[in-house]
Amino acid sequence: MKYMVVGIAGAVGALLRYALSLYVHIPWLFGFPVATWVVNMSGSFLLAWLTARIFERPDIHPYFAPAVGTGLVGSFTTFSTFSMEVVTLWQNQAYLSMGIYMTMSAWGGFYMAWLGFYVGKKEMAVS
Amino acid sequence: MNILLVALGGSLGAVLRFMISNVILARSRSHFPYGTLIVNFLGSFLLGILLSYGVQEKERLLLAVGFMGAFTTFSTFQVECVRLYREKQYRVVSWYILSSYILGIGATYFGFYVAH
Repeated sequence: MKYMVVGIAGAVGALLRYALSLYVHIPWLFGFPVATWVVNMSGSFLLAWLTARIFERPDIHPYFAPAVGTGLVGSFTTFSTFSMEVVTLWQNQAYLSMGIYMTMSAWGGFYMAWLGFYVGKKEMAVS
Repeated sequence: MNILLVALGGSLGAVLRFMISNVILARSRSHFPYGTLIVNFLGSFLLGILLSYGVQEKERLLLAVGFMGAFTTFSTFQVECVRLYREKQYRVVSWYILSSYILGIGATYFGFYVAH
């Protein structure tokens, strides 16, 4: 049953990522894959916030964390597409774009997750 | 049709990632998040192989966007990094970040050229 919930939430996460890639009309801005970057940054913030603010609450259903965290947000963000884009930029000899993309993903992702934890813990302390 | 392919691939990818992380979580006593590292490495490698074959649009949606996209994850990776950082596991977090990027990107590159 838990696997079914994760599967359904995973489908929704993947669809949201696909929809975003369709509606971002400039997927490669200045040789920079914006759609994947936006997905990974927002997902990192959201998962950290959920982990700090929601998942540890005792009144939450035990399926909620695997469904929303592992399934929805886990599938929404992606590492393989990121790797592929880095390799593509390398092959196109767009070394500057590749460097900027890697730096902005690595630092940005860490900072967004840090921020999500920070905001979540702060809200927990207030409530 | 396109939506169904992405949804099918996405649900299979997410369930497989959940299963692998559960198995590894049950066996590993280390602080190091091996589950996410293995999943991201494997998914990146398979995507490299897949792309070298020059896939059709339908296969791309099912396998690359749906399955590999959902099987690998960026958010869990970042949350694990911040959690280790907050626990002051600086050495572990440094190795985790370095190995994830080097193995992940390297795996796609390697997969692409191996299949070539």
